[in-house]
Amino acid sequence: MLIPCPLCGARDSREFTPKGHASYLDRPAEDAPPQAWNDYLHLRENPAGDTRELWFHGAGCGAWLVVERNTVSHAVTGARLAREVRDAG
Amino acid sequence: MRVDGRGLIDRSQPVTFKFDGRSVTGYKGDTVASALLGKGVRLMARSFKYHRPRGVLTAGSEEPNALLEVGQGAAMTPNTRATVQEIYSGLTVQSQNRIGPLDRDLLSINDALWPFLSAGFYYKTFMWPRAFWEKLYEPVIRRAAGLGRITRDASPERHEKAFAFCDVLVIGGGPAGLMAALTAAKGGADVILAEETPELGGRLLSDGQEIDGTPAAYWVEDIVKELQATGRVRVMTRTTVTGAYDDGSYGALERVARHVAPADDLPPECFWRIRARQAVLAAGAHERPIAFPMNDRPGIMLAGAVRTYLNRYGVSPGRNVTIFATNDDAHRTAVELMDAGVKVAAVIDSRTGVTAKGDYRLIEGGQVIGTKGRQGLRQITYRAGSRTDTLITDCLAMSGGWNPAVHLTCHLGARPVWDADAKMFLPAPGAVPGLTPAGSCNGAMSTAACLSEGLEAGKAALAALGRPAPQGVSLPEAEDDPGRTQALWYVEGKGRAWLDFANDVTTKDVKLAAAEGYASVEHMKRYTTQGMAPDQGKSSNINALALLADSTGRGIPETGTTTYRPPFIPVTMGAMGAFAEGHGFAPERRTTSDAAARGRGAPMIEAGLWFRPSYFPAPGETTWREACDREVAMVRNAVGVVDVSTLGKIDIQGPDAGAFLDFVYTNMFSTLKVGRARYGLMLREDGHVMDDGTTARLGDHHYVMTTTTAAAGQVMAHLEFVAQGLRPDLDVRIISATEQWAQFSVAGPLSRELLNGVLDQPIDDESFPFMACGAVKVHGVTGRLFRISFSGEHAYEIAVPARYGDALYRDLVARAEALGGGAYGMEALNVLRIEKGFITHSEIHGRVTAHDIGMQRMLSQKKDFVGKAAAARPGLLEPGRERLVGLRPVEAEGRLTAGARLFKEGDPHKRVLDQGYVTSVGYSPTLGHMIGLGFLRHGPECEGQEIVMVDHLRKVKTRVQVVNPVFFDPDGGRARG
Amino acid sequence: MRYSGWQVLAQGIMGNRGWRPAWRDPAPKDAYDIVIIGGGGHGLATAFYLAQEHGLTNIAVLEKGYLGGGNIGRNTTIVRANYGLPGNSEFYSHSLKLWEGMEQALNYNVMHSQRGIINLFHSDGQRDAYARRGNAMINQGDDAILLDREGCRKLLPYLDYEQTRFPIYGGLYHPRGGTARHDAVAWGYARAADQRGVDLIQNCEVTGIDIEGGVVKGVQTSRGAIRAKKVAIVVAGRSSQVAAMAGMRLPIESHVLQAFVTEGLKPCIDHVVTYGMGHFYISQSDKGGLVFGGDLDFYPSYAARGNLPMAEHVVEAGMTLMPMIGKARMLRSWGGIMDMSPDGSPIIDKTHVEGLYLNCGWCYGGFKAVPGSGHTFAHLIATDRPHEAAARYRLDRFATGRGLMDEEGTGSQHNLH
Repeated sequence: MLIPCPLCGARDSREFTPKGHASYLDRPAEDAPPQAWNDYLHLRENPAGDTRELWFHGAGCGAWLVVERNTVSHAVTGARLAREVRDAG
Repeated sequence: MRVDGRGLIDRSQPVTFKFDGRSVTGYKGDTVASALLGKGVRLMARSFKYHRPRGVLTAGSEEPNALLEVGQGAAMTPNTRATVQEIYSGLTVQSQNRIGPLDRDLLSINDALWPFLSAGFYYKTFMWPRAFWEKLYEPVIRRAAGLGRITRDASPERHEKAFAFCDVLVIGGGPAGLMAALTAAKGGADVILAEETPELGGRLLSDGQEIDGTPAAYWVEDIVKELQATGRVRVMTRTTVTGAYDDGSYGALERVARHVAPADDLPPECFWRIRARQAVLAAGAHERPIAFPMNDRPGIMLAGAVRTYLNRYGVSPGRNVTIFATNDDAHRTAVELMDAGVKVAAVIDSRTGVTAKGDYRLIEGGQVIGTKGRQGLRQITYRAGSRTDTLITDCLAMSGGWNPAVHLTCHLGARPVWDADAKMFLPAPGAVPGLTPAGSCNGAMSTAACLSEGLEAGKAALAALGRPAPQGVSLPEAEDDPGRTQALWYVEGKGRAWLDFANDVTTKDVKLAAAEGYASVEHMKRYTTQGMAPDQGKSSNINALALLADSTGRGIPETGTTTYRPPFIPVTMGAMGAFAEGHGFAPERRTTSDAAARGRGAPMIEAGLWFRPSYFPAPGETTWREACDREVAMVRNAVGVVDVSTLGKIDIQGPDAGAFLDFVYTNMFSTLKVGRARYGLMLREDGHVMDDGTTARLGDHHYVMTTTTAAAGQVMAHLEFVAQGLRPDLDVRIISATEQWAQFSVAGPLSRELLNGVLDQPIDDESFPFMACGAVKVHGVTGRLFRISFSGEHAYEIAVPARYGDALYRDLVARAEALGGGAYGMEALNVLRIEKGFITHSEIHGRVTAHDIGMQRMLSQKKDFVGKAAAARPGLLEPGRERLVGLRPVEAEGRLTAGARLFKEGDPHKRVLDQGYVTSVGYSPTLGHMIGLGFLRHGPECEGQEIVMVDHLRKVKTRVQVVNPVFFDPDGGRARG
Repeated sequence: MRYSGWQVLAQGIMGNRGWRPAWRDPAPKDAYDIVIIGGGGHGLATAFYLAQEHGLTNIAVLEKGYLGGGNIGRNTTIVRANYGLPGNSEFYSHSLKLWEGMEQALNYNVMHSQRGIINLFHSDGQRDAYARRGNAMINQGDDAILLDREGCRKLLPYLDYEQTRFPIYGGLYHPRGGTARHDAVAWGYARAADQRGVDLIQNCEVTGIDIEGGVVKGVQTSRGAIRAKKVAIVVAGRSSQVAAMAGMRLPIESHVLQAFVTEGLKPCIDHVVTYGMGHFYISQSDKGGLVFGGDLDFYPSYAARGNLPMAEHVVEAGMTLMPMIGKARMLRSWGGIMDMSPDGSPIIDKTHVEGLYLNCGWCYGGFKAVPGSGHTFAHLIATDRPHEAAARYRLDRFATGRGLMDEEGTGSQHNLH
């Protein structure tokens, strides 16, 4: 699998570590109700198809990426820096 | 028998090898199979279940029958295809899966028992009495099953593994592959051309054809020269592409030196990981056998294989050959044999209205319905119309048509598509992104069509790469008749008709599976084991599913195929796992003091990828305990030195560094004064403890975090995630500096005295109080000093750039020894920390909360931090949770063991009454008895109680008292003092 | 028809023409008391125990493909009860006892082979963690033996004790652990359930779950609507999709786990062996292939296939641990879709919909769980009360934090278990 790191270019997935769905970026507020935290930590859409997920370029530039990927075909269609995804809101 | 004037073998170079102890001489270029056939040896193997005599069926890697053990002793490799193994002088091969000599295998008794060994018979018996399965049935079955042997030693062979990259990977060097490679290379692409056999040309070398009016083999020679002239083609012969993976990733196995005598400077095999921007699959096709009664005797083989033996190896597998054909292609076998002077008894064609292509006897509308010959074919019986007759023959060349080798197109999950006209499964369009099938693997069954598809595939690859089609590549002229094929999957008749030769699956088995309701193709496969042998059903799966389709009244497309999985051919594990033997499995990380510690005789133990000294034996000490006790006392009474460089050291800088640390730690760090360090507790977002360590503030915007050795990588990734993903609003940058700094702990009452000997500016309590930190000069070198303690003693950690680590360590230890102290190791470090109740990952094992380890007060109420919300879940706060306690034996000599369980006195030792467990233990020379840390329901609430520690495994039962985990110096005066 | 050695002999003499279908191929009825969605190992076992233990037979098992087509036919066939935490401990203990009587209960030889499992350890800390687990196993009533290095050498003489990167300190030996023939388990349960009157309906995909007023009423399928008083979801690999039909969002992420088999070899590995410093476990099938596996590929996937990096890692771990396998050849690799839960342990529970039951989240431990899961799930469906051996497999434990069963201690990230 090739991950198109915005900083390094397309790199072998061996350089990366996947974490899980990009919803990990949507951390609830400290005082959000418990259900919001349960959703955030545990519940998943878990799509069979296109998804957005977090990969860490640990053996590369150290960037966390939001990768667009299909869970059925494994086709990777894009990647952005998690930092920029957050900044874009 | 050898045939003059044919073959690519070098008759000037005879080669002698051993088969089952007998010397056999063939020629350079021969495989074991061709050399044996050249000598008239047809019996090469025994079948898996019935132990029937078998010869070769094929001439390629898809061979189901002729599997051999190659080599001797620890290097012996089983299950090697006689059709692939090239011969060399000194080669030793032997037949396998037999008891006694090959021609008198005792297990051939199974063949007489065949009526009782039908598909799935073992699911229906061997159930009584129950205990007999492990004691009797299974051992007998295991011994009878299996194929070749491996010895339990490591092989002396050393394979390799490598990466390769190209614009276009061409898989297969036959007519389609050659044209594709030439086109791509001339178009400016970098090409890897992988060919399974030793020679490029594919079936052009097996079939006597002409291209552009010259013999095809000459045309191949010209093309190979042209390929070389481009300078862009890397030809990899003896290389099989084994799997297609995501994004143009392919696995390939190269048999680098399997064809020559073992040599030290050559790996036998190499496993390649190839990344190709585009690929062309030109893998060819596998010929189909026909499942007629008793079709498995040595001498019965595929018609195409007979041509390969004739034209590639100069061998005729028989002196009097019969051809059983369902198609035009197989008639070539007769023509070419006759051209070579081999007698052809007849061509039996299942079709009618066929014209002979030569002067041979043609039996139209015929089917072979029986054979004779115990260890090799002697006679066949055929039926043509209402007539039944026999023929004396020693070789039957059969052809049921061809199956395109679609395998790689299915590796990403696509299913092949049934072509009802051509009677074959073809690659699904777009099955593997970037992979274009061409030639007979794509259903092109004439040479002209293969050449044309190869050219087009090369162009398509170039187009995908954004390159124009090249000038000067023209399509050569070749035979353009794909021939006609009749579908004939099996022939009804008396006796068993084999589908899967390798697993001894017959038509009866498939019919039985269908009758018993195992009607899905996957059920049939799994119930009968059809296609599960080393050849993965390459020559048999399609016949079997066609029979299943007929037996269940469904069509072939509705029945479908089983799943084609990688690898395409079996891959030597030693190649796929090359370099991992012994220490190669993982990198070794060594601290700067490694050589000094080893020099002092310290046994080194693994700490993750690092090595750390276990203890430093002194003269006269005979056990590790003596050394450990001495080292602990040394630290408590004088001074000790230990390398702590393996702990993660993370440099954190930026205006928001303090706010960042406030967010990743449960406690406050923005309030920490410059020049001070603080213990920090870090949670996962799920509220459980991730790690702990001290973090020092070196400047307004500069902190250095230490992590545990075990969690250094995890914490680093976590910090980056928080910084980039959760708090991009914070201006902070993070980098690991673990390898850049050598860091040593200097601990004990004399630690300052020692340090002042190496520091350019001496320190005192005022300039460097407990938890102080700062830059220092060490023998003129800028370093860092932290007054922190993991032993409870007055202690420091001193850090210098790694290049000075070795020198400083040796200096520190020498000075310590002069003060009555010295180096200490992990054993003593562990006892020292248990005495103080300090935790490690033995305690924070991933299931504990701050509350469980008594650190609930470190959860700041003033701010949000990672893990705060989840840590407030009711289940994580219950007082009845297992919480950290200290444990001491009630009797001074009582033994504690880590991993033991805790029970209330008098309770039966049942899970439901379990109260907790012991995590860390050690003998405290300071206190004179063993001490332990553990987790106990209600934890600190039980302090003072006597309970029972039970270790069934080590047969230890000890009465223990629950105490505060801080065994020594509870008010911490020694560290501060 | 009863299976036995005599039957095999008698049928053999008569040309094997008398064998009857192992199960019927019925058309779905309009209504059942219970519809089980999913004809894998767990679903078939659930149906069997509903019939066997609770006398409920008006049941349909709906399978979108073929019986046993999911993970029951794609695993590395390991059967064990060597867990350390409450919840898992009693459940797998219960399940192993059911394994031990399975052939007789089903009249089908699943080749359950109690050849023993050895979990190797490579440091003092790992030894202590295994000791904690082993002691918990004994407290539960199961068996465990702590082997030192010499003890391992006796059982596993082919391991590399001298050169390997991470020295072998010893192993936790679980003699009752072992393997079984995975497909046979599915077929055995299917046949036994069918014999008791359960309708096994293949090629029948559920496309919707009918719920009225918070009560389940039946399912929509590719073969028409089927009414049911109770509906059970037991579809590992597709749990999120099927549960979504009932408006549920599950704590599940789907991941691919690869497994591998070599060409057949004469007996060389007599136990199940697991490596403690890399992801590798191995046993030898009765047919002779070395069956082995490792960890997830780590990225979510529904593709039932993996990539080379993990495959190579697994083989490398094998090479450092038992270099003899370098002479064997990997014949086939495949992948299964794992329901990864946030604590690595499964869920057997009721749902917010009355009459709708959920069984999921087996991560990669589902094979050995088949009888226990079927048995306790059947109990829950039949009685509306959890079976005591599965009472901790609650769906709400993640929200409350009560009774989490994170054996690996890796936390709530799904792919780390």
